[in-house]
Amino acid sequence: MEDNTNSLLRFTTAGSVDDGKSTLIGRLLHDSKSIFEDQLEAVEASSAQKGLETVDLSLLTDGLKAEREQGITIDVAYRYFATPRRKFIIADTPGHIEYTRNMVTGASTADLAIILIDARHGLLEQTHRHSFIASLLGIQHLVVCVNKMDLVDWSEERFRDIVGAFQSFSSRLNIPDIKFIPISALLGDNVVDPSAHMPWHHGGSLLNHLEEVHVSGDRNLQDCRLPVQYVIRPQVDDARDFWGYAGRIASGVFKPGDEVLVLPSGRTSKVADIRIGDRSIPKAFPPLSVTVTLEDDIDVSRGDMIVRQHNQPEVVSQIDTRLCWLAATPLNPATRYIIRLACSEVQAKVSEVLYKIDINTLHRLEEDKAIGMNDIARVSFRLAAPLMVDDYRENRTTGSFILIDPASGATVAAGTIHL
Amino acid sequence: MVQVGLTGQNQKRIMMNTEYNLNHLDELEAESIFVIREVAAQFERPAILFSGGKDSIVVTHLAAKAFAPARIPMPLVHIDTGHNFPETMAFRDALVERLNARLVVGSVQETIDAGRVQEESGVHASRNRLQTTTLLDTIEAHGFDACIGGARRDEEKARAKERFFSHRDDFGQWDPKNQRPELWNLFNGRHRPGEHYRVFPLNNWTELDIWNYIAREQIDLPSLYFAHERDCVVRGETILAWSEYLNMRPDEVKERMQVRFRTLGDLTITGAIRSDADTVEKIAAEVAATRITERGGRMDDRRSSTAMEDRKKEGYF
Repeated sequence: MEDNTNSLLRFTTAGSVDDGKSTLIGRLLHDSKSIFEDQLEAVEASSAQKGLETVDLSLLTDGLKAEREQGITIDVAYRYFATPRRKFIIADTPGHIEYTRNMVTGASTADLAIILIDARHGLLEQTHRHSFIASLLGIQHLVVCVNKMDLVDWSEERFRDIVGAFQSFSSRLNIPDIKFIPISALLGDNVVDPSAHMPWHHGGSLLNHLEEVHVSGDRNLQDCRLPVQYVIRPQVDDARDFWGYAGRIASGVFKPGDEVLVLPSGRTSKVADIRIGDRSIPKAFPPLSVTVTLEDDIDVSRGDMIVRQHNQPEVVSQIDTRLCWLAATPLNPATRYIIRLACSEVQAKVSEVLYKIDINTLHRLEEDKAIGMNDIARVSFRLAAPLMVDDYRENRTTGSFILIDPASGATVAAGTIHL
Repeated sequence: MVQVGLTGQNQKRIMMNTEYNLNHLDELEAESIFVIREVAAQFERPAILFSGGKDSIVVTHLAAKAFAPARIPMPLVHIDTGHNFPETMAFRDALVERLNARLVVGSVQETIDAGRVQEESGVHASRNRLQTTTLLDTIEAHGFDACIGGARRDEEKARAKERFFSHRDDFGQWDPKNQRPELWNLFNGRHRPGEHYRVFPLNNWTELDIWNYIAREQIDLPSLYFAHERDCVVRGETILAWSEYLNMRPDEVKERMQVRFRTLGDLTITGAIRSDADTVEKIAAEVAATRITERGGRMDDRRSSTAMEDRKKEGYF
């Protein structure tokens, strides 16, 4: 079936109520024919009820009752659409400063981020904030959509000015791939179809770019890491001696016959077989979930990591992190938190809050060390037991963690590791 | 200034690696298997909610793959409304036997007989809402701390923000404002006594993905999904299967029609569509071309525009 050969692109959008983000997503869904008749009818009825003359596409992405009452989006919402060439997952996040945590959440699983700029207003604080969060979360591909071009007479000069301003700011961010597209989400120009109003733009439409952007090369295929998630022991007659180590490949390529090392024990063996279900596969790479068997009978359990002898993660009992605080309760340096990283859990205590980061200016705030909701800070932790980690910029799985409050069980912060 | 983003040496990775390309079904499968294994690893008494519908059949298929060659290390839980299609029941029993799985049945009839809930009356009477009480009773009786369901985010507006690990309080209720953030692939299943989780490994799948995956994996489905002739009752825009459980209006008549079902719920509420699609491939083609959402035929969602959100808060699937 044709649909079986499509790849997947996960992207995130950030923006506030006024910059047309909901309209843009509504437009992508609508113009790519991903809206069903009953959904469109419901939106048409709501638009009419509100006394609007045209259909408000932003209502398509309107979620929970509480949000409709307040007219804002308070959480990350996931949207789906597909074209004959690709399947898309949108993590749609609200853009207010108080929702930094949602942007971080949305960006954590995204390959690409869309930044919206209102052509009339140019770069705002939130433009810096969104771009900074995208780079903090290691997103490699940015699309800057200069929206509402209809309100600046489709001016190429205005577009060039904004591109120039963004480039002088983004040189500090180290995002390797940045694309600029002038659009009108309201009218549909350059969203799905190329704009007749802006013949000076030769870079294609947004959807065209989303369909073509190459992201599978972002995966780390060098450093072999298999965090062991679950041990499979059937203990039935026809598989009495089967010991399988189940997990999702974090990075690298594993093949049968490879010599491997199990951490933290340091025992070595060879990969005997790699399976998905009951089918053996010739090689395993991210993000596949597989079951690996080894040639030798060695002790392996959840939280261990299967790696290669000559390419090992760091084993550390002190970590330097960038932390985004997610909870209403502020960070308490006296609490013994739990760090969950890949398939491991370990107790952790703050050893030092180095500084907070002003996410609008990227300046360090070295005096203010009280960490509350939506703050991003550089914090180091002491660990009760060593963890196997990589730098986040090298490895998104073995370099990221969540912080759990042991009393409530709640996830209170998200962090990236910097070696 | 803070230095963030990629370091120069990582640039070497930005290269074409076409031999490592995956299609989206492989990625979705890998994600779902990871989530299901995480449930087995993090919870003491997990279960899979099995409705007999295609989504829970796909979940069960993924669970079998996740733990092969071992059997699925958690029971399948079926909430039996007593108004199920007979085809669904026969299919359930055959699947349980083939997978050597454990089956737990919660009976809505028993909940009614015990006086815990009252049967609805009138033409719109259904046992759909009553299931919630039976489900929560079953969860409590067996001490399940995590229940895996086949719901997807694309099904309904209230589900677009659903987590993979969805936290439920002591009363089984879902509080949309009090959900734990989920980042990367780090799922936090910590819970206090009495609290439990609903887990949705198919969150990122769409209806079309499900059908394409069923075709690819050659997964068996109940015959109801395929076009067949049966007695139906047309009510408004919905085509309902005729059965002895359906309370008919005086002006309603039985009609013989060629139909199939897009979802399988209770006999009294599941809308059929006119269709000639009698193979998985034809259904996938029909779904790709269709212009009405899957739950468009579900009478339970039509009660109000926030019907799903309201039922979720009460502890519905």
